[in-house]
Amino acid sequence: MKAAVQPVQRPRDARLLVVDGAGRISHHARSALADLLAPGDLVVANDAATVPASLTGRHLATGAAIEVRLAGRGSLAAGDVACFLAVVFGAGDWRTRTEDRPLPPPLAAGDTLALGPLAATVVRIVAAPRLIELRFAGAADAIRAGISRHGRPVQYAHLAAPLALWDVWTAIAAQPVAFEAPSAGFVLDWQLLGRLGAHGIGFTTLTHAAGLSSTGDAALDAGLPFDEPYHLPAATVAAVQAARERGDRVVAIGTTVARALEHAAAQPGGLRAGPGVATNRLGRSTRLGVVDALVSGTHEPGSSHHELLRAFVGDATLARIDTALGSPSPGYRTHEFGDSVLVERGVTPRTYVEPRSNLNTATLARRLGSVRTTLPA
Amino acid sequence: MMTHNPPSTTPLRVAVTGGTSGLGLALVEAFAARGDAVAFVARDEGRVARVAREIAGSHGIVGDVAKKQDVYAIALQIGGALGGLDVLIHNASSLGPMPLALLADTDCEDFEAALATNVLGPFRLTKALLGLLAASARESGGAGAGAVVVNVSSDAAVTPYAGWGAYGASKAALAHMSRIWHEELAPHGIAVVAVDPGDMDTPLHAAAVPDADPATLKRPRDAAREIVARIDRERAAGVRSQLAPRAIAPAASQT
Repeated sequence: MKAAVQPVQRPRDARLLVVDGAGRISHHARSALADLLAPGDLVVANDAATVPASLTGRHLATGAAIEVRLAGRGSLAAGDVACFLAVVFGAGDWRTRTEDRPLPPPLAAGDTLALGPLAATVVRIVAAPRLIELRFAGAADAIRAGISRHGRPVQYAHLAAPLALWDVWTAIAAQPVAFEAPSAGFVLDWQLLGRLGAHGIGFTTLTHAAGLSSTGDAALDAGLPFDEPYHLPAATVAAVQAARERGDRVVAIGTTVARALEHAAAQPGGLRAGPGVATNRLGRSTRLGVVDALVSGTHEPGSSHHELLRAFVGDATLARIDTALGSPSPGYRTHEFGDSVLVERGVTPRTYVEPRSNLNTATLARRLGSVRTTLPA
Repeated sequence: MMTHNPPSTTPLRVAVTGGTSGLGLALVEAFAARGDAVAFVARDEGRVARVAREIAGSHGIVGDVAKKQDVYAIALQIGGALGGLDVLIHNASSLGPMPLALLADTDCEDFEAALATNVLGPFRLTKALLGLLAASARESGGAGAGAVVVNVSSDAAVTPYAGWGAYGASKAALAHMSRIWHEELAPHGIAVVAVDPGDMDTPLHAAAVPDADPATLKRPRDAAREIVARIDRERAAGVRSQLAPRAIAPAASQT
């Protein structure tokens, strides 16, 4: 696959690779999505807006230039904006690939970081040298103003130019709680939402604080995604339950939607409206309880998003998907602004295997000699 | 004169632009007085801080709706502070040339400034906040009580007053844009209305007509009360949501 280098959310020629429940692959224009779904289907998207999570500044103890990328928060509560999980880099800018960025100066609990108009304290080192918990000083309104004015969206070195905030907000962006864009949602625009309605296809949202896609540290990346808080509106729970009672499909736009819905459904008492923190990891051993189909970006083998597809299809089908995506014709583009896949879960029930080692952030933190990566809510 | 408005049952989440003086300030006061959560936007940092201090529970946001760079930062702070949005009021306005000038004497730059504040600003900010407004409408289950966008217009948008060219033409564009927004967004449960508050005793009016007798002008507080009542009526009537009837019906029947 080629990297999509322009931050165009819906290029005219965007493509959609479709895998049906029997594992059959077909190729479509992404604009035809509404025609590929059936009346009664319910489309669920993540309406999180993206915060400008990249904050440049200085580590006061050494005077060294640093970049802080906010990466996690304890809850979605409006007042909960002081404490964040964050990944810290040394000097450099968006032109350098995340994995090539220099390390930050050695950080210690109690250190002060000056980030534009914001002052932050290192609360603890979660996983040296990059992952910390920090706390901003000041009132909630002042912290939000500081992040809004000083922060920049997390950047991608494969793009031709730095991203502005409007490049990374989906058309339905609502509460600003995502640290990187829930980019599968780039497929949506208001024209498509109208067409879904005209076809009798339901549309609803949840809010999920999508985290970083990469930390530049292989050990940390192996544990992605971090624990992520989400909110399920009552209307969404009702719509999902109604679709399931009718026997209609629930179509998740993006892996964050699949993760939140499956996490909520696995709680005692099943799907409930309200807040939650997704600690699950979808993959080969997942038995899907709610989500019947997934719209996602095209992801390269080995990435956590690619592994997640194993919850929907078996190895043989996934191998055929990879071959089709990698083939020069019709030619798919990858990364945040690339093409998409629509994968329906296999109709042949696969044998359920007990999870062997579900590497969630709790286990990651233990492995890294730390306590936890979930912030106190 | 409007009668006393019954308070809405659950507090609304309201954003007002141009919220530190005139009608905008009166709107912030009116919503805050009945317990609604209000975020307001204005350009002057000192005035924003003062109003936020004086009106308990309000959230002050510094920014210029005319600047594209500011709009998303404003939207971020509105969504972050309120955790949602039910009502958006575009009240910030620019007269264009000051003092008012005949169109033939109006500099293009002054006309552009009026368009940026009165048309493009409301367009961009509405667009950036559409996700929050639509989420509010969906949470209400599609039955009544949708989200409401209010664009503050003027009789200058309808009547061609000499000397009010940049202002009148930009407000006419805003009023027409409101009607098109409404056609497009009503199926999503969002009502968009343009309201003419009348000639009020405000800094903007004083700048336009310096020798007007304030006693002949409407008090901003009265105009604010009328707009709050209009919003309550719009929300009570609801906008007919035509999207996804099968998905919305169960939620509606639960309430």
